[in-house]
Amino acid sequence: MSEAFTKSTARNIFWGAAVFSFLLFLGLTFDTTAALPKRDNRQNLTPEVVRGKHVWEQNNCIGCHTLLGEGAYFAPELGNVYIRRGGEFIKAWMQGQPTGAPGRRQMPQFNLSDEQLNDLVAFLKYASEINTEKWPPNIEG
Amino acid sequence: MQYQSQAVAKPYFIAAIGLFVGQILFGLVMGLQYVVGDFLFPEIPFNVARMVHTNLLIVWLLFGFMGAAYYMVPEESETELHSPKLALILFWVFLVAGALTVLGYLLVPYAKLAEMTGNNLLPTMGREFLEQPLITKVGIVVVALAFLFNITMTVLKGRKTSVTMVLLLGLWGLAVFFLFSFYNPSNLVLDKFYWWWVVHLWVEGVWELILGALLAFVLIKVTGVDREVIEKWLYVIIAMTLITGVIGTGHHYFWIGTPGYWQWWGSIFSAMEPIPFFMMTVFAFNMVNRRRRDHPNQAAVLWALGTGVMAFLGAGVWGFLHTLAPINYYTHGSQITAAHGHMAFYGAYVMVVLTIISYAMPLLRGRQANSNKSQVIEMWGFWLMTVSMVFITLFLTAAGILQTWLQRVSDTPMPFMQVQDQLSLFYWARELSGVVFLIGLVVYILSFFVKGETKASA
Repeated sequence: MSEAFTKSTARNIFWGAAVFSFLLFLGLTFDTTAALPKRDNRQNLTPEVVRGKHVWEQNNCIGCHTLLGEGAYFAPELGNVYIRRGGEFIKAWMQGQPTGAPGRRQMPQFNLSDEQLNDLVAFLKYASEINTEKWPPNIEG
Repeated sequence: MQYQSQAVAKPYFIAAIGLFVGQILFGLVMGLQYVVGDFLFPEIPFNVARMVHTNLLIVWLLFGFMGAAYYMVPEESETELHSPKLALILFWVFLVAGALTVLGYLLVPYAKLAEMTGNNLLPTMGREFLEQPLITKVGIVVVALAFLFNITMTVLKGRKTSVTMVLLLGLWGLAVFFLFSFYNPSNLVLDKFYWWWVVHLWVEGVWELILGALLAFVLIKVTGVDREVIEKWLYVIIAMTLITGVIGTGHHYFWIGTPGYWQWWGSIFSAMEPIPFFMMTVFAFNMVNRRRRDHPNQAAVLWALGTGVMAFLGAGVWGFLHTLAPINYYTHGSQITAAHGHMAFYGAYVMVVLTIISYAMPLLRGRQANSNKSQVIEMWGFWLMTVSMVFITLFLTAAGILQTWLQRVSDTPMPFMQVQDQLSLFYWARELSGVVFLIGLVVYILSFFVKGETKASA
């Protein structure tokens, strides 16, 4: 870099860039916060859904699955599993684990109560109704 | 070593390498579970292995950053560390807390661990990379603040250089953004939105400042190029990092319920994220070419150049591959993401920590550089790990392309698990590359125990 371009110029550019970027980011965050109520399905955040999210977290589901594409890539996407499989299937599936099929990926038995299973399904139903800009591309997730 | 208190860096570096070994072993377990699904089930289910793999990575990199700061700051500030004793106490606190957390993951079912550690009071667990129990998270904050106090006091009483300013800014940013890990609203979209304020603003924001400072420090030392020149580069690089990376957070806001305009903001700004990484590559090579001395520690020079190249490839190129919204629509949350994650973390953060360790460890052991024999073995470790990581990335990329096609692009999309069966060839190849990586790591560690002719201390 040329000699005319000094370190203090570079430092000023850095501080300008840092402040500008964070202010712009905060502005966009503010706008997003205002836009979210129409998109994030918060009207359906029932006590069951809130408890269901807690069940989801307490059992580290994200350690194998993705939810809206985020998480681990070892097991199927669950953001749309309610649409793909339905609530009864999800509950029966979880109660039937692990399959014990030799050599196949195994899902642990989490010993959830009926109430916890219902809450979890309510959470997955709520998640499937978030406006995700039509992601995933198809029902397979 | 110019200041006695720099010696506290040594246990940090040793712990970092030890935890690195653990990280790789659990990585191999997971890699095998991808193809032999019931391997170690139910003793170590995949989610537990993954938690250990990623959390060990984070913790050992933090050990590396802290060790780097304890080594660099006294030398840059031209004064002894504010409190070497505090640094040593924090070392043991962090190590014991980290070890207990990992043991908790391995020995107690996660739901029970959550219950035992107060997750019902303030739920923060069960989110990717932020799986740590509440007490561990609080512990991280306490250790980070005490560490920052120690480092900041040292900088304040001594010479202030641009390298330490940037390092401090990065480290404070790391601590501040971690606070968002305590915010976990029931609203999933808000949860995800602010989760990225920890994860993205760490790895594509403030951590890059730390990376830049570490690289600049080592380049000043091994090339003898004028500090003014190197620090000028550093400022320009991190300016580009923040210009592209902060709004670049938007590439995570495409499909999680956030407004559609993020597809524009995220695509455009994150498409520019390779620029600072490319500048870092040019910077490293430029400085080494203009070197005013031939430093006897050629292994450290190799690691510094390697960081420049691999960070650009892993974070820059492999990030760009899937960062544009129309492409990400198909690749989001696939093996493409995994491919990028592996090479980016290795190329940027693993390699920069190994760079500073390579430079500082001989000095901490009382010599300017290791013997030629030891350096050759270290370089073998460098090449084995780096080349095998390239192959891990290529195989995961191939798996990701096939997965994306079969599951999302094709007219007759296949279910997830059927697609996974089709990918097993690539998963086996990845696992094999992972074994070579482990061999490389063992070779690297062996280099510390090779004596040979040592050059005289400076």
